[in-house]
Amino acid sequence: MDENLKIKINKYLEDNEVCLFMKGTPEVPQCGFSMAISNVLKHLNVNFKGINVLEDNEIREGIKQFSDWPTIPQLYIKKEFVGGCDIIKEMFEKGDLQKKLKEKNISFKTN
Amino acid sequence: MGLKLEEIRSLIKKALPDAEIKIEDLAGDENHYSATIKSKAFSGKSIIEQHKIVYKALGNKMGNELHALALNTKEL
Repeated sequence: MDENLKIKINKYLEDNEVCLFMKGTPEVPQCGFSMAISNVLKHLNVNFKGINVLEDNEIREGIKQFSDWPTIPQLYIKKEFVGGCDIIKEMFEKGDLQKKLKEKNISFKTN
Repeated sequence: MGLKLEEIRSLIKKALPDAEIKIEDLAGDENHYSATIKSKAFSGKSIIEQHKIVYKALGNKMGNELHALALNTKEL
């Protein structure tokens, strides 16, 4: 994939511990799947950066190559690709997402 | 747009011959499906790797012709 695009994506991941590449914004998601992850993160009080791929077609296509994952949303925690909507929902329900956040030293609400 | 349920099943079956596959057309629009897939190919793999195996089986259809496929993969 294009080197500059890779650098651009890496910059997002370096500047933000928790990055959600999504359709729309955390305030106004434009897709139910993006909304689902965004809501999980809000519920856990995780501080995250939402990157609206609908505003940047280069990122929209590039992020799929970057992670070798064909769909959006995509969640990254400390530069690691953790999953899309199904995986994050399942991890959250099993408590694995909370474990992952803890492992990575990301603060969240535990109750 | 859209992909027939049987087409999804046969693409997965081709890549994972041992798979037990259950697919549901969630909205009846041939565009939002949910699939539960059990296969030996998933053993020892992370959930991300398991889903990638299924996406690879579907070629480049996922995210294109096929808008949404909720996946639930299990080791057989």
